[in-house]
Amino acid sequence: MRNTLLIARRELAGYFATPVAVVFIVIFLVLQGALTFSVGNFFQRGQANLVAFFNFIPWVLLLLVPALTMRLWAEERRLGTVELLLTLPVTETEAVLGKFLAGWAFCIIALALTFPFVITVNLLGSPDNGVIAASYLGAILVAGAYLAIGGAASAATKNQVIAFVLALAACFLFAAASSQVVTDFLSTQVPALAATALKLGVLARFQTFMRGVIPARDLIYFASLIGFWLFANVIILEHTKAA
Amino acid sequence: MDALIEIERLTRRFGDFTAVDNVSFRVARGDVLGFLGPNGAGKSTTMRMLAGFMPPSAGRARICGHDVQSDPLAARRLLGFLPEGAPTYPDMTVGAFLRFVAAIRGFRGAERTERIDHAVALTSLGTVMLQPVETLSKGFKRRVGLAQALLHNPPVLVLDEPTDGLDPNQKHEVRTLIARMAPDKAIVISTHILEEVDAVCSRAIIIANGRVVADAPPAKLALLHPSGRLEDVFRQITAPPQPVTQAA
Repeated sequence: MRNTLLIARRELAGYFATPVAVVFIVIFLVLQGALTFSVGNFFQRGQANLVAFFNFIPWVLLLLVPALTMRLWAEERRLGTVELLLTLPVTETEAVLGKFLAGWAFCIIALALTFPFVITVNLLGSPDNGVIAASYLGAILVAGAYLAIGGAASAATKNQVIAFVLALAACFLFAAASSQVVTDFLSTQVPALAATALKLGVLARFQTFMRGVIPARDLIYFASLIGFWLFANVIILEHTKAA
Repeated sequence: MDALIEIERLTRRFGDFTAVDNVSFRVARGDVLGFLGPNGAGKSTTMRMLAGFMPPSAGRARICGHDVQSDPLAARRLLGFLPEGAPTYPDMTVGAFLRFVAAIRGFRGAERTERIDHAVALTSLGTVMLQPVETLSKGFKRRVGLAQALLHNPPVLVLDEPTDGLDPNQKHEVRTLIARMAPDKAIVISTHILEEVDAVCSRAIIIANGRVVADAPPAKLALLHPSGRLEDVFRQITAPPQPVTQAA
């Protein structure tokens, strides 16, 4: 645990030691702002809620989180630092968890910096702040799921571009599995898969959080999704680290 | 003699290619083993397996009796390892990097500061503590890697080309450092510089095509060639068309 936190702290400091943190946060905030106000018609809706804001969160994260995770292991392997890190007295699991936690903490910081939206909507009307809090929790869990998937993708290759594309594709599968288009298509073409796809999808789960509900089964879903991909990350790392 | 490093029939294959073939040796406390061989002979692969980073295809390696594969954490606590190319995190300052490694090694508070100060003094890094590693010259980077390996004063040191990229003065310093530490440690260094073997090693192993082709004290090794020069012995042994010689 101590090692995990030490690695997480080093990683998190690494984000801020390079322009990665600033670029990520600025692009994230600009994208979210632009989408919420122009595409999401925040003002025209005339409702005191952040639905217009949260609707775009899974898609903006889908684009940005793989950019964050692509370097996690691919860069360590290219620089050779993985050899240094994994010959220190730390286990692969501690290293994987540490990197994941750092990425997650970073995403939480980025999400926290969207606080002006909350202030704005509170000034304009009286929104249900419980719903907003639940939506934020959902957004944090979605970010965690993408991070876990992206980390595993990064461990699979030395090439950051490949890591990015792999992570984007895998995250997209999980994001889109429960979307209207996919479930409609599946229920007419392959009905057997439609129910499974709906259960696996990240989007439908996130939408329950956006309604202000925090169901235990969705928490378990995110915990298992994250757990599975972190486990996959450890296994992939063990096989590829020295290759 | 207690062997701190034991390598038994270590083998590593990459597909059809055998990078390390049945390598066995032991290094006792007080020994400095020079690991020689042409590029691609399997030096770094052997050292990676010894450090527990790369799983061997066959055979085993032990550090102070701990198998590096089945008991990796215990083995790594007793090992100071400088990987090939001395990799360090480029964005970190030297100080932050050494603090990170020291914390992972389990040192805290005053002891941590003391350990870092000691390693920094040994490797003369005092002037660059606040500089990011990526801004440093090759020689400084190498010494940062060396400082990292020495932090916890380990009984076993495995250094892959510790003097590569250093200027003659720095090379001399590192050799003096290794010689000074030698009595209480088992040290393996790989190098291309044969004079270094003469200067610091109590024993030399020459490896070619993944196999140990010579294993003897440098002075004895030098006698294998009429000229008595290690360089000629090295060329004679490792040049492909020449027959393989096994030293006593």
